[in-house]
Amino acid sequence: MISSYIHPAFILIIGGLILPLLQGKWRSILALLLPLIALVAIWSVPDGNHYSISFLSYELEPFRVDKLSRLFIIVFSITAFAGVLYCYKQASNKELSTALIYAGSAIGVTLAADMVTLFVFWEIMALASTLVVWSARTDASWYAGMRYVLIHLLGGVILMSGIAAYSHETGGIVFTAMNLESLSSWLILTGFLINAGAPPLSAWIADAYPESSFSGMVFLSAFTTKAAVYVLLRGYPGTELLIYIGLFMIFYGIVYALLENDMRRILAYSIVNQVGFMVCGIGIGTELALNGAAAHAFTHIIYKALLLMSAGAVLYTTGKRKCSDLGGLFQTMPVTCTCGIIGALSISSFPLTSGFVSKSMMTQATADGHMLVIWLLLQAASAGVFLHAGIKFPWFVFFQEDSGLRPPEAPLNMRLAMIFFSFLCILIGITPGLLYQLLPYSVNFVPYTVGHVLLQLQLLLFSGLAFFVMLPWMQRTLTISLDIDWLYRKALPKVSEMIISILSVAGAYFGTRGQKITGILSDCVMRLYGPHGALSREIQTGFVVLLVVLMLGLYLLLYLITI
Amino acid sequence: MSTSHLLVLQVVIPLVVAPLCILIRKQALVWYVVLAVSWGTLFSAYRLLMQVLGHGEIIYFLGGWAAPWGIEYRLDVLNAFVLMIVASIGAIVMTYAKCSIIKEIAEDRVYLFYTAYLLNLTGLYGVVVTGDVFNMFVFIEISSLSSYAMISLGRERQALMAAYRYLILGTIGATFFLIGIGFLYAMTGTLNIADLGVRIPDLENTRTVITALAFLTVGISLKFALFPLHGWLPNAYTYAPSVVSAFLASTTTKVFIYVLLRILFSIFGTTFVFDIITLDRIFLASALLAIFSGSITAIYQTNVKRMLAWSSIAQIGYMILGVSLVSVTGLLAGIIHLFNHAIIKAALFMCMGCIFYRFNTVQLSDLKGVGRYMPWTMAAFILAGLSLIGVPLTVGFISKWYLIMAAIERDWWWLAFAIVAGSLLAVVYIWRVVEVTCFQSVTTKDHPEANQPHMKEAPLSMLIPLWILVIANIYFGINTELTVDVARQSAEWLFGIK
Repeated sequence: MISSYIHPAFILIIGGLILPLLQGKWRSILALLLPLIALVAIWSVPDGNHYSISFLSYELEPFRVDKLSRLFIIVFSITAFAGVLYCYKQASNKELSTALIYAGSAIGVTLAADMVTLFVFWEIMALASTLVVWSARTDASWYAGMRYVLIHLLGGVILMSGIAAYSHETGGIVFTAMNLESLSSWLILTGFLINAGAPPLSAWIADAYPESSFSGMVFLSAFTTKAAVYVLLRGYPGTELLIYIGLFMIFYGIVYALLENDMRRILAYSIVNQVGFMVCGIGIGTELALNGAAAHAFTHIIYKALLLMSAGAVLYTTGKRKCSDLGGLFQTMPVTCTCGIIGALSISSFPLTSGFVSKSMMTQATADGHMLVIWLLLQAASAGVFLHAGIKFPWFVFFQEDSGLRPPEAPLNMRLAMIFFSFLCILIGITPGLLYQLLPYSVNFVPYTVGHVLLQLQLLLFSGLAFFVMLPWMQRTLTISLDIDWLYRKALPKVSEMIISILSVAGAYFGTRGQKITGILSDCVMRLYGPHGALSREIQTGFVVLLVVLMLGLYLLLYLITI
Repeated sequence: MSTSHLLVLQVVIPLVVAPLCILIRKQALVWYVVLAVSWGTLFSAYRLLMQVLGHGEIIYFLGGWAAPWGIEYRLDVLNAFVLMIVASIGAIVMTYAKCSIIKEIAEDRVYLFYTAYLLNLTGLYGVVVTGDVFNMFVFIEISSLSSYAMISLGRERQALMAAYRYLILGTIGATFFLIGIGFLYAMTGTLNIADLGVRIPDLENTRTVITALAFLTVGISLKFALFPLHGWLPNAYTYAPSVVSAFLASTTTKVFIYVLLRILFSIFGTTFVFDIITLDRIFLASALLAIFSGSITAIYQTNVKRMLAWSSIAQIGYMILGVSLVSVTGLLAGIIHLFNHAIIKAALFMCMGCIFYRFNTVQLSDLKGVGRYMPWTMAAFILAGLSLIGVPLTVGFISKWYLIMAAIERDWWWLAFAIVAGSLLAVVYIWRVVEVTCFQSVTTKDHPEANQPHMKEAPLSMLIPLWILVIANIYFGINTELTVDVARQSAEWLFGIK
């Protein structure tokens, strides 16, 4: 059964595929229109399952609309629109169309009511986002994209195994809330968490995203991790484990962002941190907390994209990413600077911005649940967010000492996109009701109470004070901070090199015969499988015949033993 | 004319037309004749399959001599399905063949190719429909001899060598098969499969029967290139003309796996083969070695056809893996992969045929930026490649899904992971080709003739059959009713559930 409503994911994916065929004005118009059509499409569809296709012995339901999925799709399509507006003149053809396919696949994940459809879109999302990383066309982006796609394929394998096990255990593939009682749900959770940037594989975000182009990162920040937040919201609400994973992510993000010198890496770590808040909220699992997590995903996508747009504009005009090279840009880039500050205030949950109305829901949920320790940790983390993203980013990029750079203001379309998102940040901050009516559960929560506002202002004031008091320590020099990715980028090759060198030393010790053995060990794989390896080499027919006889002997032996 | 006559016509028509081709000789005309035979037998194979699905087994006594004295042709769901696979691949490949053959085979030998092809078709059809082991041996020889001839038609000199090696090893395989049935005949005095199936269980403790089983398994495994008996395959597929590679890769190996199933299940029976002798352990080990060695070796190949050949060795591993799981689901996965892999591999080899048609090479290093000139061919390659990897909504996924299910049914989690990990290796080797052909830019150094009129998409007569297969890859990946149903019925029938 397929109803006449159009699936918004297909609009974006098919549109993204035909985009390269067009040129000039028509290309821009189509690219800008597609997300808007998707938005209208999702707006006009009533709740319910709209498509149903039999597949194997299951039903595929790729089009489930309810409040939760609608919320995510609205913000996904708005972001896709703003992202296209931001870069349709500057970005390459390939980047634009893969970004649209990427957005479409994230929407597909959100609308999937069964695991197989979910998996299909999940993998398209992984591949399309890799192409977005690669469209920066630098060597660094090539290698980062390689590592990125390997991690995501690993996640896909785990997810697929989980889905197969789930279907075996339950006899169906419907995607609903699960609990951690069976192997399948653990596998699926692991697959989801890898995309959310949970430990121990958090490093891929800060490894790959900053290597994308100035505009690519705007798209990247919005979809993969937030689609993961969506599936966690749907599949694992109230799973206590997620609280601790979330807390870890929050502090991991803060610590690394504070140590970082590269403005885009700061913002990448800040994604982990913010997703941590959402994961934590999902773990708490009360209606208020889940609402808070969903709302926070909504607002976060907008202000993080805004921050990355302003960072991207700086990168675009100056070509520099390191805080120590930048500074004083407010003089020539007032719009970019103002918009960046609005984004920074939002991420710090400053009252009257969007971050405040969403994050206060979550802290309230911990207070309601009498989780004192978690409440304290979240408050401390809020201060940390202000430090690393709220002040550090705008301060070092736009103010501090004058770097002498006098770049021109960002192009008009980039400015328009930033102004649009700044407007949304403040609009939601002033009229939270707009957002609250979209949330999955009904909201009786009032963000602007004296208590909330006062608490938040105190927090911000004191952490702001702390920042300027400690400015000398905050001043970043040219450093690189080590993360888990060091393990597989540097340590793994190093260790294998070391083993080989130890072996060769040992080999030398034992004489030439020992050296021979190490030599064989080191290129064992190549010898077996390589282009001139044992398997692909021309083998003598006689040898194959020998194998035949051996196999016959083996069979006979087996048969005679077993009988 | 009753449908049961179709059963014998299926084999006789290509056999009779084959010598006619030598008489006709004219290239264009021969092609039309062969095309008509291919599509005609496809039509009759389809009628037969529908008949079997609707009314059960078809039995035909040749010359009216009743079995077990005479030769009988016997068609049940399993071989009707395999017959359908062979006939449909034959028809599609033949439609595609015309241009590709002119390019890849010396002009004065083209009619010989068509003759050999028809004989091969005869052999394969015969192996599939016959219910008599000796008759099966004869047809195996017909199909094998003609395939050696087809491979040797390749333009490169190595083709002769490859065909020669295949001849030696194929003959050993056939001899082993003959020794096996000789032993069985000595013990039972019958050659009829159904009759053997009744008599053998009483004699299963004798050494002769056990030895017969060993000879039969090794002989047949050699024929379908089960690791480590795959030695003849990479060269044969690499140096054969693309049409021949596409046809052999997707039919011959499938037919021999069918022969294996027939011998193991219909003659010896599951209790003896799996419970007492535990043949499944050797199969499991061979299958896993095949999957990983085949895929990893494929990754390092520089010739795309050779890469596809190694990938075939890995895919045969998946089919045998399904058999080695000894369950209806596992066997279902194996049987359905016969069909799925046939349409995947035929499509991939046909893509290479298209590329060779325009670029005269399938060396990966010479294919930079080919996707720019041949977008439709490369799009087909990517889709068929996705299917090979096992991406959902393609046929490859269906096979992998049932394999994983069968592994989970036995609580072999490690195996489920291994299956998925094997797919990841396929991602790597497919991606290498896609990266070079679609993402690396063309330089005039790579293609000095770039921008010349012949650097363009392959002709429609090649593209249309290719795309029919690609669409089948997606269609049967979504609408699985027919294939899964037939595979399930066959698997249940083999296990004696129905």
